[in-house]
Amino acid sequence: MKIMNMVNAINDALDIKLGEDKSVIVYGEDVGVEGGVFRVTEGLQKKYGAERVFDTPLAESGIVGTAVGMAVAGLRPVVEMQFCGFIYPAFNQIISHASRMRNRSRGQLETPMVIRMPYGGGINALEHHSESMEAIFGHIPGLKVVVPSTPHDAKGMLIAAIESNDTILFMEPKRIYRAIKQEVEEGKFSIPLGKASVLAQGNDVTVVAYGAMVREVQKAMLMAKEAGISVELIDLRSIYPVDRETIAKSVKKTGRIITVTEGPRTYGVGSEISQIAIEEAFLHLEAPPSRVSGYDVIVPLPKGEHHYMQDPYKIFYEIERIVKY
Amino acid sequence: MFDEYNPLNKAMFRVIDNDGKVVNKKWMPQIDDDKLLKIYKDILFARTADLQIVSYQRQGRIFTYPPNYGQEAIAAAAGVLIRENDWLVPAFREMGAMLAKGVTLKEIFLYFMGYEDGSAFKNAKYTLPMSVPISSQLPHAAGIGYAVKYKKEDKVVIGFAGDAGTSEGDFHEALNFAGVWKVPVIFIIQNNQYGISTPVRMQTASDSLAIKSIAYGVKGIQVDGNDFFAMYKTIEESVRICRNGEGPVLIEAVTYRKGAHTTSDDPTKYRSKVEEEEWDAKDPVKRLRAYLIDKNLWTLEQEEKIIPQYKEEIDRQFTEAEKYGPYPAGDIFRFLYAEMPDDLREQQAQYERFLAWKSTKVK
Ligand SMILES: Cc1ncc(C[n+]2csc(CCOP(=O)(O)OP(=O)(O)O)c2C)c(N)n1
Ligand SMILES: [Mg+2]
Repeated sequence: MKIMNMVNAINDALDIKLGEDKSVIVYGEDVGVEGGVFRVTEGLQKKYGAERVFDTPLAESGIVGTAVGMAVAGLRPVVEMQFCGFIYPAFNQIISHASRMRNRSRGQLETPMVIRMPYGGGINALEHHSESMEAIFGHIPGLKVVVPSTPHDAKGMLIAAIESNDTILFMEPKRIYRAIKQEVEEGKFSIPLGKASVLAQGNDVTVVAYGAMVREVQKAMLMAKEAGISVELIDLRSIYPVDRETIAKSVKKTGRIITVTEGPRTYGVGSEISQIAIEEAFLHLEAPPSRVSGYDVIVPLPKGEHHYMQDPYKIFYEIERIVKY
Repeated sequence: MFDEYNPLNKAMFRVIDNDGKVVNKKWMPQIDDDKLLKIYKDILFARTADLQIVSYQRQGRIFTYPPNYGQEAIAAAAGVLIRENDWLVPAFREMGAMLAKGVTLKEIFLYFMGYEDGSAFKNAKYTLPMSVPISSQLPHAAGIGYAVKYKKEDKVVIGFAGDAGTSEGDFHEALNFAGVWKVPVIFIIQNNQYGISTPVRMQTASDSLAIKSIAYGVKGIQVDGNDFFAMYKTIEESVRICRNGEGPVLIEAVTYRKGAHTTSDDPTKYRSKVEEEEWDAKDPVKRLRAYLIDKNLWTLEQEEKIIPQYKEEIDRQFTEAEKYGPYPAGDIFRFLYAEMPDDLREQQAQYERFLAWKSTKVK
């Protein structure tokens, strides 16, 4: 066991995979010499050389498009999008090729690749650096979208992602890159993608969250506890595929569900989870599924960001409302 | 000029040397002394403001900021030549041009303090907000160029991007469209040698950035961007070309980002002191100052006297910006649609109900 934050854990996962698999290639903007603007790839170019860990021209479409090419030709590229707001030039490559290659070639070709990307708000960043647009990626057939919420999960999930033969969007909640430290197993281990994890057992209400929102829910749970409310907390971990079973089981027990997400509300991940709860546990529901989410607005600049973000009070407010419903 | 400095000839256009001596009389622009002095003072003011902002950031009074330090001659030349009704399409390192257009220092402060209101540019006509997604603004410049041409207006468009910005598809598409449409757009690429940590030689295998103009059938030129006179002459000539209906133009302005990429960046990770010192010798302010002193238009004593005055003025405006006050909750719901959809209105109401509840819980 070793104490790590999420940056260390992701770095460790990349290090392990680069070390054991020559087909793994890591690249993106400023990931080589500088080791990434968040230092996630620090030291890897030194250790594995510039042929395997390198800086690219500033062009996201080029980065993802070449990764598709490398992947069909037998490599396992792990590419970085510097910030969530800058993946859009690559959207065409993701939606038109990376997610469809296996299907289009009738299974003859596949694109085992990982697109890593810091996302989310709460760090007083400039425009286009704070969005949580996982829902639009979860909507793309053929793409897997996963989000760790702890250093341990980040390491295990990234190793699983690199070993997967699918294209995976690996979203990193940058707000908790360094905020959470925990003991992480040394050496290689992996966490199966697509499985949620139940972080706290409870009886009164199920709260589903992921990424940086998990910690906010945990804070709200302290208030809930004081109010005598017992919360079951599920860390979704995977936006697609969704772990229906874990959600269904929990809602059948608690009869109530709240999703806590950072992205805009309409057509968001919360909407999908709510629908699953309705489909799977309709007769168990004692309150309408509820969403604590961003509003349908642009994430405000730092001075207004607190109006947008989910604070523990907003979550507790909803917990109380739904339990009393 | 564009023939003489055809990018295929691989010669960089410059007018003064590192000591401010005119080495290219033929292309020395005509600027009268008073005007030149005013320009120099504006550059000094912009540099002082830029350095002050970095120190405010260090004091925790603003958030992330991308300094202009070392590149000021480029935006200044554009600022002098851009007219009130011309269009400015900035990236985010062109303070001089924005101030010249009528953007206030206070607005720049507000933006980097984290208020969207800093992008309102209430006194600056025909100026787009700064654009963070690299080169995404350049197609807008081409589109504005189309509108200008369509409406037969006497306007030019000046669009900015950085060296690394030439790697994005948007740069190429913008140049291609502008070339096909023959629109009055001046694309200025500030080649400050780096895109964050990545040196320009890793962005392209081309001999220069200016040479990319050739492929698009567009006039191009590589200019010493730290030579104010060369920049002035180039933009003056480009404006003439555009107004004659012979645009667009691509200008590669060769410069150096003396500061960090942004206040969150640490350049010692990827570049050497030796290199930084080499570029210090080519500093644009130093060169223009040397020219002015040589012409007896300026003295170091004057400069020593004026800088504290600028600092005071900048500080005054900054302190004023700091009083901008709290950010009203309703602001985040504004300006998304011509008319707010009912559902969004309901979201705002929900948020207000929550705030009312919260105010009973948190004192
Ligand atoms: C599309 C996009 N990708 C990545 C970024 C992150 N980023 C911000 S500035 C920058 C480098 C830009 O370099 P350059 O174009 O040379 O302009 P400079 O910063 O040197 O002025 C990068 C990669 C971004 N803003 N937009
Ligand atoms: Mg640059």
